[in-house]
Amino acid sequence: MSSTTAWIVLASTSVLCFSVKLLGYYVPQGWLAHPRLQRVNALVPISLLSALVVAEGFVIKTHVVLDHRLAGLAVALAALFAKLPFPVVVVSAALTSALVYHLH
Amino acid sequence: MTTPPRETFRDALSVALTVGAYGVAFGAAGIAAGFSVLQTCLFSLLTFTGASQFAAVGVMAAGGGAVSAIAAATMLGTRNALYGLQMAPLVRVKGLRRVAAAHLTIDESTGVALAQTPRGTHAMRVGFWVTGSGVFLFWNLFTLLGALGAKALGNPASWGLDAAVPAAFLGLLWPRLTTTYLRVIAATSMVFALLVTPWLPAGVPIIASVLVAVLGGWRER
Repeated sequence: MSSTTAWIVLASTSVLCFSVKLLGYYVPQGWLAHPRLQRVNALVPISLLSALVVAEGFVIKTHVVLDHRLAGLAVALAALFAKLPFPVVVVSAALTSALVYHLH
Repeated sequence: MTTPPRETFRDALSVALTVGAYGVAFGAAGIAAGFSVLQTCLFSLLTFTGASQFAAVGVMAAGGGAVSAIAAATMLGTRNALYGLQMAPLVRVKGLRRVAAAHLTIDESTGVALAQTPRGTHAMRVGFWVTGSGVFLFWNLFTLLGALGAKALGNPASWGLDAAVPAAFLGLLWPRLTTTYLRVIAATSMVFALLVTPWLPAGVPIIASVLVAVLGGWRER
């Protein structure tokens, strides 16, 4: 990633995310209240976060790959089932993944 | 107007500190994706909506294009517009204060505000502002610490940072999976994203997964 690309991503993301926030304060009440829009919008974070889990965990460029990250994610899943707090989930995943990475 | 109960402050501050601490993970993810410490910190100051920030740097880390990164982040941020719609009649501010209120409109400030409903409007308003500014303070502080820490560590894979990012996404997703239907949507999105991965440019499968949300929400159930 070039420095220019990084700045473009940063600036565009910031401007667009802020505009979306501001939109909620300026559109007349009811505009965004359409039931279909509400239902879809409630599911968008679920779909995107799910896709991000697998895209970050099992993909290199455009290939599906199972590597050390799988071990980390398995531990993260176990930690979530055990109702452990978020930092524990992330750190235990990182440590497990690093361990497997070094063993290989 | 009554003074807001101490419970409101306690709720707001405990949420602010806990969520703010996640900023360490974002700081590390930003560096692992190839952003500088300054850029990573600016994300937290200017974008200030966690899942979108993780998405933007995550797509870039996965080798995706800038457009995919920006689109994924923006779509994840659309829920903030619906939060704003709920918070606008509550905070009732104009001008610069409204801009500040909009910037602080995120999952946590909205959540704490709505949780104060039984304690009255004043408590809700206090809950919104204290949580929003508290998260802002801690999120930015911990982003800086995470970014500096990751910078000092070096190779992301060597420290497991490449697994920390998907684990963070899983941690953000987990509490949202409250019904069987939502779990089905999550699983379908995961399978769909993996299936289309070989056929689409890097990062695009993430955006394409919104299709699952659209189909899943199209009809009333």
